[in-house]
Amino acid sequence: MKKPHLVIIGNGMAGIRTLEELLSAAPDYYQITVIGKEPFGSYNRIMLSPVLAGETTLDEILIHDRPWYEAQGITLLAGDEFEALHIDRSRSLIECRNGQRIAYDRLLIATGSDPVMLPLAGLETPVKGVLGFRGIRDVEQMQQVATRGGAAVVIGAGLLGLEAAHGLKKLGMDVTVIHRADRILNRQLDPEASRLLQRELESRGIRFLLGVNSQRVHSEAGRVTALELRNGSRLPAQLLIMATGITPNISLARTSGLECGRGIRVNDCLQTFDPKIYAVGECVEHRATTFGLVEPLFEQARVCANHLAAHGVASYRYLKPATRLKVSGINLYSMGDFDRQADHYTDNGHLVQLIHYRDESQGVYKKLVIAANRLIGAVLYGDTADGPWYHELMRDDIDITPYRDGLIFGRPPVAPAAGNATHAVTGNTYE
Amino acid sequence: MNSQATALNQAPEIFTPATKTTCTQTTCPYCGTGCGVTVQQDDASAPGLISALRLSGDSSHPTNRGKLCSKGNNLIETLDPKARLLHPELNGRQVSWEHALDSAASQIRAIIDEHGPDAVAIYCSGQLLTEDYYVANKLMKGFIGSANIDTNSRLCMSSAVAGHKRAFGADTVPGCYEDLDQAQLVVLTGSNMAWCHPILFQRIRAAKEADPKRRLVVIDPRRTATCDPADLHLPLKPGSDATLFNGLLVYLADHVKLDYDFLEDHTEGFAATLAEARRSAGDIATVARICALDPEDVTTFYRWFMDSPQAMTCFSQGINQSSSGTDKVNAILNLHLATGRIGKPGMGPFSITGQPNAMGGREVGGLANQLAAHLELENAAHRDLVGRFWGSNTIAAKPGYKAVDLFRAIEEGKVKAVWIMATNPVDSLPDADRVRAALAQCELVMLSDCMAETDTAPYAHIRLPATGWGERDGTVTNAERCISRQRAILPASGEARPDWWAICQIGQRLGFSEAFNFQGAWEIFREHARLSAFENNAEGIRRDFDLSALSEIDAAGYAALQPTQWPISTSRPAGTARLFGDGQFFTPNGKARLLPITPRAPHNSPDATHPLVLNTGRIRDQWHTMTRTGLSPRLSSHLPEPFVEIHPDEATRRNLSADSIARIESRWGAMLARVHITDTIGCGQLFVPMHWTSQYASLGRMGPLVNPVVDPLSGQPESKQTPVQLTPFSARWYGFLLTRQRLTTHCDYQVRATGDSFQRYELADSNPVGDWPAQARQWISGNGEWLEYSDPAQGSYRTALISEGRLEAVLVVGASPQLPEREWLGSLFNQPALDEADRRSLLSARPPSGAASAGPIVCACFGVGRNTILDAIDAQALDSVEAVGCALKAGTNCGSCIPEIKQLL
Repeated sequence: MKKPHLVIIGNGMAGIRTLEELLSAAPDYYQITVIGKEPFGSYNRIMLSPVLAGETTLDEILIHDRPWYEAQGITLLAGDEFEALHIDRSRSLIECRNGQRIAYDRLLIATGSDPVMLPLAGLETPVKGVLGFRGIRDVEQMQQVATRGGAAVVIGAGLLGLEAAHGLKKLGMDVTVIHRADRILNRQLDPEASRLLQRELESRGIRFLLGVNSQRVHSEAGRVTALELRNGSRLPAQLLIMATGITPNISLARTSGLECGRGIRVNDCLQTFDPKIYAVGECVEHRATTFGLVEPLFEQARVCANHLAAHGVASYRYLKPATRLKVSGINLYSMGDFDRQADHYTDNGHLVQLIHYRDESQGVYKKLVIAANRLIGAVLYGDTADGPWYHELMRDDIDITPYRDGLIFGRPPVAPAAGNATHAVTGNTYE
Repeated sequence: MNSQATALNQAPEIFTPATKTTCTQTTCPYCGTGCGVTVQQDDASAPGLISALRLSGDSSHPTNRGKLCSKGNNLIETLDPKARLLHPELNGRQVSWEHALDSAASQIRAIIDEHGPDAVAIYCSGQLLTEDYYVANKLMKGFIGSANIDTNSRLCMSSAVAGHKRAFGADTVPGCYEDLDQAQLVVLTGSNMAWCHPILFQRIRAAKEADPKRRLVVIDPRRTATCDPADLHLPLKPGSDATLFNGLLVYLADHVKLDYDFLEDHTEGFAATLAEARRSAGDIATVARICALDPEDVTTFYRWFMDSPQAMTCFSQGINQSSSGTDKVNAILNLHLATGRIGKPGMGPFSITGQPNAMGGREVGGLANQLAAHLELENAAHRDLVGRFWGSNTIAAKPGYKAVDLFRAIEEGKVKAVWIMATNPVDSLPDADRVRAALAQCELVMLSDCMAETDTAPYAHIRLPATGWGERDGTVTNAERCISRQRAILPASGEARPDWWAICQIGQRLGFSEAFNFQGAWEIFREHARLSAFENNAEGIRRDFDLSALSEIDAAGYAALQPTQWPISTSRPAGTARLFGDGQFFTPNGKARLLPITPRAPHNSPDATHPLVLNTGRIRDQWHTMTRTGLSPRLSSHLPEPFVEIHPDEATRRNLSADSIARIESRWGAMLARVHITDTIGCGQLFVPMHWTSQYASLGRMGPLVNPVVDPLSGQPESKQTPVQLTPFSARWYGFLLTRQRLTTHCDYQVRATGDSFQRYELADSNPVGDWPAQARQWISGNGEWLEYSDPAQGSYRTALISEGRLEAVLVVGASPQLPEREWLGSLFNQPALDEADRRSLLSARPPSGAASAGPIVCACFGVGRNTILDAIDAQALDSVEAVGCALKAGTNCGSCIPEIKQLL
């Protein structure tokens, strides 16, 4: 009997992880076709920063090359010409840019997201050297320009922006990061950790202009020359990187009439409003949440594959992931409600308590946020070794009272020094 | 006067630098046990280099046979030149000896001329050597012509002296330490010997181990470490001792177990004594009721005593420090006289003295109601004898002020000049704040001390630097009448001089050149020996104290003098182990006196406002007011704070939690102490250590609380029973600070303890601290890297300062007294640079995973911690004190930590 045909649009992390999960869950269930925009196998996108920084290479971060697809009996259609332009849901057909039509029994949309490109004055016509930081092509262009040195401006001091800035700096460019907020990484860190991180990056030669807005892009002969700020000052720039966020890539879904909000709306089975069509990754909106980090994508892939394989047991629950910055030599880790103020109340009415540890000259800062004797958030800077342990405590809702005293100093050692009341109180009773 | 000039120019040379590795035999300067100490000086090239000294027990000394207790073992740690008084001072200004002595002498002279000799006084100490003591007494009673010389021995054994004299006609200790090895029954009453005289206690332990039939009975309101090997502990009602002993006399009479021949031939006063005993303690039921004891236990004690011909009764401060101390002593002596159990091997009453030379002081007459050489002040014949010997016709004729009265006389302006030597009266006397006030308005206060910082020092107009242990040369007499040499192992620090030398200089300046023209300690000792022999015979005045065999001793003989028990007479040149075996006493008719004893309760009894009875005493690792032992890190780690022992029920009644802080208040004064909840003490009672001073604690002195009540005969204060009230101290925070710096600001509760290259401060205050980081920077000065931990919701704050990689200070604060251990943090101060792991764990106050903290020191001799012992017990399955000893050496030396080790087992 002929196998049902599964088509996956999107060769990115979410799509491929779902594919892998599916192959392990139900190896021979489907005949599979993968459509990818970029003309090669799948790669680990979260490793783009190290590639840019020259700390690793594309080959290093490839997940699967073409031979792998062949070996799995999967058809890979990679490259612009295969870009899916429309889904004819009534006939279950996909139309590609090259006119090819592909029928599906099940469809998985994993089109990911695009960087937000600010509609600045001066960008009415395309300007070379103005890039997002999203794909291999972006990286290649940055590296090209960087070989000639000069100045780069990064808009946005979020994770991506800082990683880009770090990479460009390592490529020898003179890098300035501008940011609307008055501190960097303001979504992932508290003010004190932001200050430590900024100090560290500045010591590596990256400039920061905070609390400023960009106004206009100046260019000559279609190539960027400078960024003008709202305060009138001009920053020369041979490269202008926009890292102000991402927008789910939903144009295909929307034009095909799928229910969308900010992203393609899916239920707890990652199924769209069309029962034949599933969606995972940064292009989806699940319970009003969209996604930008990799951990939830992997969880989505697991659940989605479970349903594609017709096992129908898994259900997706979002757990806010911890933040890490992929800048070599910098350890930071934040999770949960890390930015709560002491003596305020949580949404469910518990008093917020803070535990701090500082060894500034060693560049170490830790903050634990406690409510109702539970860990509800943390910021770790410099020493992040215990991040995963704290994440467990938060996830499993552990009462930390018995070893609160030693909590911020990390997972207690086994077997307390006997006969010592204080030790009994300050931990060691864990595990 | 030129003898004075020469003597001054050539300060006595008592120390001869080592030319090769030398071995010096000397004597421990602490308790009255009088252990021999051997000091080896390895480094011949650096005479007096403290780090080159190796100290051990003198295996040839009869008292301790090589053993030493924790205090003796750590003597070297107390030799801190920085803590010494190095130069004479006049009103706080450093001056030359000449200047200081001239000024002192002229002021004394002026006061005597205007107000008479009784306007000056000397208050000295059982810490003085016999030679110092002798010239001090000679100056005061023989030449200034006043008996206003008393001593802190008044606080520790004057009741024993008075009791001895009443019963024996002389202040004679009949027995010797050997008796402890031989006795079938040892009764310890009012003595925590395990902590206060550990080496003697070791002998009792050893004897019991050798022969399990030997028995030990401990009579003490508290269940102390001494009770650990005891066969019977009688936790009697504080102060009810006399009733217990009277009852025993009745019991023995009823069982016809008295030595009637001895009573007949060698004693008087038995009938009246027994009659009064029957009246006050007629039967066991009565005794049990009055003493609050189980009748069974009383019977057992009485039967054991009855059945043990070789019975010893060792008594100490629990008996002596009482408003009826002398009577209690005589109640004990009565028993031994009535049973003839005296002066023979393994039996007798035994006064365990507190101080290294309390006995020496008694021998020279260093008490205001004694003359010299066991001769009596109020006896004309005795005065005549001493006067002829000294060549003085101004011998004091009436007793001087006893310690407590002396400071009252100073307060009233009757005494205008006082010379205090080697003691700290503003801490140790009862109603101590009143003593302090008296000194503050005294016309002339002279202070001879080896230490720079004491609580008495601020009140001295003239300070004279005395040589300390290790520099001094002379003799001391221990509790068994054994005279031992203290020898110099170091050169004198700075301008320090022997006390005898300073006293002689003053004597010469007062015009008594010939009488005080001594060139060395040995000359003084020889004169002392000659006085003891002078007309000491049937024709003259016979007395027990007789050193006639030494009356021709020369410098060489003195240098070589070996430990010997007096009498050391021409007939007994090798000394005398026991007296009174022949039934001959020193009363006019040669008969001992039994005295009717009417038991008296402590003078002040508890009432509604002061419902608890405060008991005071020593702890294992500290000595007196800590001027020396307080300098030793090891000795300061066992019990680092002033504490108060209280029964669990009393604690509950007062909402006291363990390790919290309590305020103790009497009608005379108040103190703060850490709460130790324990059922080793009875309801209605408290115990605090006697040692802490303003040098170490903000409000830790116990002296101010003690009622100024004294025994009418001995003048010894009732330091063991003061009615007090106890209330919780409401601390808003508790903390400790370990720092290389000195903390100047004061918290309500602030106690300093010496650590190994740091100071430990235990802190608590009734006011909250708003801004801890600011507070910490006020307490800890200096630049460096600050580490910080805070959990405000728990009231928890910790910070540390590291400069050039080295730990400078660490502060730990919490809302409860349950704070992390100090030991591991303290050990980090020895690291030249903190390693990364330690730095990361620093503010957790716990060693990095793996390394275990040693915990609080249990064995101070070998510095073995509680956790180390517990870990070893688990790891190596140790099941006995011996096993622990083999594994860790803990408890194998002085053994005073054995009870604690047993608890851990």
